[in-house]
Amino acid sequence: MEKRVTFRGWWLPLLLIAPQVIISAVFFFYPAAQAIWQSLFIPDPFGLSSQFVGLGNFEFLISDKFYRTSFLTTAIFSLLVTVCSMIPALFLAVIADRLIKGSGVYRTMLIWPYAVAPAVAGVLWLFMFNTRVGVVSWYLGQLGYDWNHVLNGSEAMGLVVVASAWGRISYNFLFFFAALQSVPRSVIEAAAIDGAHFWRRFFGIVLPLITPTAFFLLVVNVVYAFFETFGVIHTITAGGPQQSTTILVYKVFSDGFVGQDLGSSSAQSVILLLVVGLLTVIQFKYVEKRVHY
Amino acid sequence: MAQQQGMVEKHGVGIWLTHAMMILGVLIIFFPIWLAFVASTVTQPEIVSPPMPLLPGDQFWENYTAALFSGVNVPVATMLFNSLVMAIGIAVGKIIISLLSAFAIVYFRFPGRTTFFWMIFITLMLPVEVRIVPTFEVVAGFGMLNSYSGLIFPLIASATATFLFRQFFLTIPDELAEAARVDGARPMRFFWDIVVPMSRTNIAALFVILFIYGWNQYLWPLLITTDPEMNTIVMGIKQMFPSGDDVAEWPVIMATSILAMIPPVIVVVSMQKLFVRGLVDSEK
Repeated sequence: MEKRVTFRGWWLPLLLIAPQVIISAVFFFYPAAQAIWQSLFIPDPFGLSSQFVGLGNFEFLISDKFYRTSFLTTAIFSLLVTVCSMIPALFLAVIADRLIKGSGVYRTMLIWPYAVAPAVAGVLWLFMFNTRVGVVSWYLGQLGYDWNHVLNGSEAMGLVVVASAWGRISYNFLFFFAALQSVPRSVIEAAAIDGAHFWRRFFGIVLPLITPTAFFLLVVNVVYAFFETFGVIHTITAGGPQQSTTILVYKVFSDGFVGQDLGSSSAQSVILLLVVGLLTVIQFKYVEKRVHY
Repeated sequence: MAQQQGMVEKHGVGIWLTHAMMILGVLIIFFPIWLAFVASTVTQPEIVSPPMPLLPGDQFWENYTAALFSGVNVPVATMLFNSLVMAIGIAVGKIIISLLSAFAIVYFRFPGRTTFFWMIFITLMLPVEVRIVPTFEVVAGFGMLNSYSGLIFPLIASATATFLFRQFFLTIPDELAEAARVDGARPMRFFWDIVVPMSRTNIAALFVILFIYGWNQYLWPLLITTDPEMNTIVMGIKQMFPSGDDVAEWPVIMATSILAMIPPVIVVVSMQKLFVRGLVDSEK
């Protein structure tokens, strides 16, 4: 889509667009190019010179057991975060949608966790499950279950998943609720007259109608789990125990800043760049469809 | 009609059951926040000998004063101020540069327009988490570590807002620009008198989203603020945990967590309509 009426002149628009172009160039394109460039080198231990290794860093990563494990960890983590945030959200949205009065109040209450930063959410959940003072871990202990996410990798994973999914429930709830509200009442009433029960109506009519929203949420939640959960992991487990919660973004950070392995960290950035590119393409393909829908 | 509705919407027992399930859901979702609030109003001994109480104590003022004015490494009031500057800086900065560039892209034909458009478009794709090492080097090279500009500028380089404004500008009727041109109005006059006022709602919705985005940043401030005086509150909480075997000062840490969530919660809850609208728009 283009405007038919435009203003003349070319120096003014260039001036107007300059701030964004300059900031993007300095803080985006240059660092991104730098990441690609650095991924082709291995710096010496003192950082004085570096040796060109071509795709050596990538070959090393592919053969690196820890990196492959991190890929798998990220896949499991994103899948769990997506499921644990979408299903409760859909459930709550379906209930809220049945209420004519009062759903606004519940919505206001349910929005809260969205405003809580992932890192703060991490601290809240860490507090509840803290091995020394945590309330939930204490009650679990009373029931005979010895909770220790500091030593147990699966428990650590469970905790970071729940802490990451928590705030997303609010987000998904808002979208599901809006989608459910836009399902035409007449369609549901027609099905009800034909004798379809609530669950029958839900799976037969409502769910197919909100599939576009569900698919959209699926993609954005995966993107969220990949890239925006750093704060949760850094505050709760710092990637441990034994790297069981080291997702890819966390590994870029720990190899680059803690381990000072710039070549490998940059190569990992480049791989992530490809992953984001792929996810973005999926997102946009879908958005295209939704416009026609 | 009443009978038909009766088939779809529940009455009597059903409606109460629905409310009960909703309340249960809200309680579960709310529990972590409630527990943090309780912990911020009791004494350290009450927390370190579990189980801690589940109802607020009487140490509210003591804990919050301790957090705000002495904190652990730095007073929380300082971190709150830093977060405020960062969040507002990011929101306002992004809105200004996006309004200007979207105006240029929609209302002008100039050399390199398509190239610039795609340049901006590509920045949509790459979160700061992915390019942290080189971006850190750029910022360090400019001597912007431990500064507000270092906190703000790298996070402004993204295109979401530009796209949103572009979409909106395309819906502004051509007649308005035509009339402005016939009247001999300069482009910037048209921008200030017509385009900006018409974009008010979009600007406000975007402000809400960007404020929360900026406030909740963690990794970037963690990397570039080595001076505790420049810490933001969201990253500063983690710094309050002692390394090694010392016991964390839970009441103060939890008071800080509550303080860290108050501004974004106020923004989200008070501007709920705008927020939901901004969310739906910016994800489209």
